[in-house]
Amino acid sequence: MAMSYDRAITVFSPDGHLFQVDYAQEAVKKGSTAVGVRGKNVVVLGVEKKIVAKLQEDRTVRKICSLDDNVFMAFAGLTADARIIVNRARVECQSHRLTVEDPATVEYITRYISSIKQRYTQSNGRRPFGISSLIVGFDFDGTPHLYQTDPSGTYHAWKANAIGRSAKTVREFLEKNYKEDMESDTDTIKLAIRALLEVVQSGGKNIELAIMKRDESMKMLAQEEIEEYVTAIETEKQKKT
Amino acid sequence: MALLDVCGISDWVKEDGFNAERASVDKVNHFNFAAQTPELAVPVGVDPAEFLRPLVDSEEGVDGVKINLEHGTTTLAFKFQHGVMVAVDSRASAGSYVSTQMFKKVIEINPFLLGTMSGSAADCVYWERVLAKECRIYKLRNKERISVSAASKLLANMVVNYRGMGLSMGTMICGWDKKGPGLYYVDDNGLRLCGNMFSTGSGNTYAYGVMDSGYRYDLSVPEAYDLAQRAIFHATHRDAYSGGTVNMYHMRETGWIKVSQEDVGDLYHRFFNEKK
Repeated sequence: MAMSYDRAITVFSPDGHLFQVDYAQEAVKKGSTAVGVRGKNVVVLGVEKKIVAKLQEDRTVRKICSLDDNVFMAFAGLTADARIIVNRARVECQSHRLTVEDPATVEYITRYISSIKQRYTQSNGRRPFGISSLIVGFDFDGTPHLYQTDPSGTYHAWKANAIGRSAKTVREFLEKNYKEDMESDTDTIKLAIRALLEVVQSGGKNIELAIMKRDESMKMLAQEEIEEYVTAIETEKQKKT
Repeated sequence: MALLDVCGISDWVKEDGFNAERASVDKVNHFNFAAQTPELAVPVGVDPAEFLRPLVDSEEGVDGVKINLEHGTTTLAFKFQHGVMVAVDSRASAGSYVSTQMFKKVIEINPFLLGTMSGSAADCVYWERVLAKECRIYKLRNKERISVSAASKLLANMVVNYRGMGLSMGTMICGWDKKGPGLYYVDDNGLRLCGNMFSTGSGNTYAYGVMDSGYRYDLSVPEAYDLAQRAIFHATHRDAYSGGTVNMYHMRETGWIKVSQEDVGDLYHRFFNEKK
């Protein structure tokens, strides 16, 4: 009798599920992959670029958004829902700066985004947000963080994670290849690219990458730079085999 | 709606019918440091400032009734190389009547944050206790103590909503946080100033005179204690509305300590005997 329990968001099923939230997580699994890696001095977010139609300008499709000078995020799922969340988070970052006179910590803004998502799972006539997000950045005291939120409103800190299509494959790859406190920025970036290459078709030109080093602002890598990393990775692979 | 406009009601009645649902989900909450505390309800259609003005400002009052919002105090605080000194008197007065000589004009918000009070005792005590509540909630939510600038900002934002409604409060928020020693002056108009030295209250001019002539950033700890005590004492000596005891606190990197609580009469004899 699952049908009768999944109409309204505010109704639990007999076995304790909120079906609308579960279905929202299915929507997330259909979105394009995003991967996040936290190194010692750099944080990296990579997303799989969707193949755009010939006449479409691909610069207008941005899946990595900066929330403030020290925090940025990527998402998987419904792009329109993400726009709302990003907008609210940007306002909250500035509101925090205005009231507390300090930049918001990554954990604070993650907690804020999660509380918005949770409110929409407990309210009449509304559906949950259909996105999971990866939020990365540096706190005021220089510690790097990577958090993942999901449609139910929970959040967890991760060292490296992936969301969206084939997230499981990517996460297994990360578990095998992640090293604690990677000192080298290049290694961190290469790990993110290698993880994405596992699931992205046709290599480097379908990858979008953003990095942030401590005390610097977010930098979107240009296509040529990504191609350089991809070539380096290919050469390393050749050497091993 | 046209009828509401003509009656002038639409100024303060919010048309929530269409947006009611949105309001419940997007309500401003403590997460965004909601400055509008719902604790004081102001009657609809009455402008409190206009209502109070004839009672307070005019000579005869209203029907012979005049509300005497007198506030006597001297408080001071200054930053120096070893932290922040805070010194206050302890007299509470209502007009020319001394209500008590033992009033606590320093509120201990947490081991690293102090607030002083001058102006209307009721306003100060109430709002600083609300501030203390907000600071505790901040610490529970964010797992670290609130910074001095954030605490003073919260207080300023709270009172600015009641601007013009007759609040009387001049306070200094002093503390030690990740950025080092902090000292902010906040008053009932919502003014918030960061500075190295402040004195508030009816006796502040006397205190400033003594402080300015003896202040250096590189005072030693005993010298700073002496300067703060002297400044308050001299203010209580000349200002009729300050007196009682001098309560002195020292804000250090490891938190505040209460240095001393001395009766101004004893201080008088100590200082004037020095001259001999």
